[in-house]
Amino acid sequence: MPKLVPGIVKGFGVTLSEMVKTMTQGAATVQYPHEKETPTTRSRGVIALKEENCTVCMLCARSCPDWCIYIEGHKEKAPPRRAGGKPRSVNKLDRFDIDYALCMYCGICVEVCPFDALFWSPEFEYSETRIADLLHDKEKLGDWMETVPESPPLEVGAEVKKR
Amino acid sequence: MHTLAVEIPYWGQSLLRVLGVFAAVLLPAGTIVYLYLFKAVSFMQSRLGPMEAGPYGSVQLVAEVGKFLQKEDIIPANADRRIFTLAPYVVVMSTFLVYLVVPFGPDAIFADYDTGIFFAMAVSSLSTLGILMAGWASANKYSLIGALRAAGQMIAYELPLVLAVTGVVIQAGTLNLQGIVAAQHEGDMFGVGVIGNPFVLTQIVGFLIFLVAAQAELAQTPFDMPIAESELVTGYLTEYSGMRFLLFFIAEFASAGALAALAATLFLGGWSIPGVDLDNNLMNVVGPLVLFAKAMIIAFLFFWARFTLPRFREDQLQQLAWKGLIPIALLNIMVTAVLKVAF
Repeated sequence: MPKLVPGIVKGFGVTLSEMVKTMTQGAATVQYPHEKETPTTRSRGVIALKEENCTVCMLCARSCPDWCIYIEGHKEKAPPRRAGGKPRSVNKLDRFDIDYALCMYCGICVEVCPFDALFWSPEFEYSETRIADLLHDKEKLGDWMETVPESPPLEVGAEVKKR
Repeated sequence: MHTLAVEIPYWGQSLLRVLGVFAAVLLPAGTIVYLYLFKAVSFMQSRLGPMEAGPYGSVQLVAEVGKFLQKEDIIPANADRRIFTLAPYVVVMSTFLVYLVVPFGPDAIFADYDTGIFFAMAVSSLSTLGILMAGWASANKYSLIGALRAAGQMIAYELPLVLAVTGVVIQAGTLNLQGIVAAQHEGDMFGVGVIGNPFVLTQIVGFLIFLVAAQAELAQTPFDMPIAESELVTGYLTEYSGMRFLLFFIAEFASAGALAALAATLFLGGWSIPGVDLDNNLMNVVGPLVLFAKAMIIAFLFFWARFTLPRFREDQLQQLAWKGLIPIALLNIMVTAVLKVAF
């Protein structure tokens, strides 16, 4: 069946109406440095570290596909859980660096962390003029914890199943 | 320049002409690049385009030119150096020569040739030579393929372009561009002479063929096979950088302006305003603006098509010219000639 309006005419109509729409109602884009869009809460901007949850288990460093996580730690004696018991030995974190020049934002480290020490943050404005400055230490990663959004509530029954 | 009260010496006239032709070539080119290449395409894609350099990015063009001037001037080791450096000037020259015969007002014309439109068609195809030179001298297979494609395309689309113009020439009865403007201003359509006889109405077929063929002559999308970036890097432009690339770039948009001005002269009545006396001395000042406005309307059609349509395949391109446009253009000439004799 021959079409009533040829596709080529329709195409011209699309571009012209889009042009008129942009001129009258404004563009779909924003002028970035002047006005900013808030990224969605689950967007993968940067990886933040909650230091007190980290046990230096090295799972994240070992699972990282491009070896961009550097971890150093040492053992310390902690007071026993019960009175009169043996002092526990715990791992203390000395160094936790992520080289964002290498990181490919796969998020495997966040997935693999068994103690909820790594989080995705939507923060994205941390570009540097020198590539070496993209190696961020645990203080900087800890600062980004403030930008991590509240985690969504667990599914009904999720807590019960764990026990 | 005989209408001016003061006598200008010959060198003064020459200087004025040189300045005038630079303004005539660069102003439309700059307007086209800013208004259409930067802004219209952005609006069609629902974005704003350059906004930082000057109000609404209006001096972005200066930044672009500055960028090109800073770039390293590279000539490939195997290139034919003399031809390679000469090629962009040949292309730019052909654009400048077209403006030579475009009338801007009753006296505002660089050279009023009796065969003005013939001259314009002839020199506008000189750019093909420059493109072939560029492609051959670059010592690069993509450049060569691009240049050969350009040559094939220009030859194929030269014909419908000239044939479309022939209809206008038959109707106006003159090859002189001033004569064509006068014919449109003073003519009448089937006895009604309120707005004269702009040939866009009586030669609508010729006008459409001219637009399509001009689009192909300018190698603008959908006819940009010579520089098809997904197939040929950038065709004959591949090895060019810095100043020489800038010259090609200027030539591309200046010739878009030139062909738009020609189309405005041939089909929209050129610098004349319906109802205003042709010999009015004021038209020497207003005429260029009128022609500029008309040319920019035509240029919008070029760039509207450029931003809307995807690229043709090489064989489809040749088919459109030889099987579509040329037969229709020939038919148009026949019908025009018959009607010319009949009425």
